[in-house]
Amino acid sequence: MPYIAKIKVTLRQSILDVQGKAVDHALKNLGYRTVESARIGKYIEVTINEKEFAEAERIGNEISRKLLSNPVMENYSIELEQVN
Amino acid sequence: MSEITIGVVVFPGSNCDHDTEHAVASFSGVKPVMLWHNDHDLQGVKAIILPGGFSYGDYLRAGSIARFSPIMQEVIEFAHKGFPVLGICNGFQVLLESGLLEGALSRNRDKKFLCCQTSIRAVNGSTIFTSLYPEDEILRIPIAHGEGNYFAPPEVIESLEEHEQIVFKYTDAQGRVTDEANPNGSLNNIAGIINRQGNVLGLMPHPERANEKQLGSLDGRGLFESLFRYLEGV
Repeated sequence: MPYIAKIKVTLRQSILDVQGKAVDHALKNLGYRTVESARIGKYIEVTINEKEFAEAERIGNEISRKLLSNPVMENYSIELEQVN
Repeated sequence: MSEITIGVVVFPGSNCDHDTEHAVASFSGVKPVMLWHNDHDLQGVKAIILPGGFSYGDYLRAGSIARFSPIMQEVIEFAHKGFPVLGICNGFQVLLESGLLEGALSRNRDKKFLCCQTSIRAVNGSTIFTSLYPEDEILRIPIAHGEGNYFAPPEVIESLEEHEQIVFKYTDAQGRVTDEANPNGSLNNIAGIINRQGNVLGLMPHPERANEKQLGSLDGRGLFESLFRYLEGV
């Protein structure tokens, strides 16, 4: 049974997130005074045709480091779900 | 003497490839050769230019998918052998994604896509790409990018400074490196850097767009000429 890797890529805290800042301003303009900040990232789903969880996890981490995120300015997190 | 051939890589979405070809062809003794992203053959070129544009639509991150194209595997090997590789704008982004240069380019500080003339200075005039630029000369070379905000961790910046790898900096019209003259928020006003070996240069400004009088500036020619003179001497 394949796995779906649900990968979130976010900008590191030290990197200025100009898109998030624009959204943050827009939310404040809409009157949401308790909104403190907004940050924008990417959500990527990759279906991996592996039987073993460990192998699917290894591939998920490898592709996240190699292509899906740039470790110089981004972090990623990964969640694996088996497809029925 | 036979002409020296210069490769210009064409990715799907490159849009400065023909401007770069045109700029190279305006010098005598060199001939541009277009290299398709899906090929492995570098056709015996002596230097390679990665042009500006939006390779692979800039999907995921600028340059991230181009970095894994077939031609780039050859370009990386070519660079490791010591041949000159120049990345302009999107080409600079590709070089960073390939690991041939250190750091990353994120979105411009003020959220805008910037298409304008800038003043830069070759703060290191002793590279093979800048030997004809005096350090105090103010160069008028345009930029056109949405993601040109150079970032690297402090230890990388320190090492770049220490080894004189910062080649171009944004300046004001008087050549001063100031915050106001920084168009995109790049750390230390960095507009271009070179690798430690001195054969791979990436910069955000477009020298091929400052290559003839009608374009409003000839200041980009010194970069191409420095490189071509170096190649003639090899």
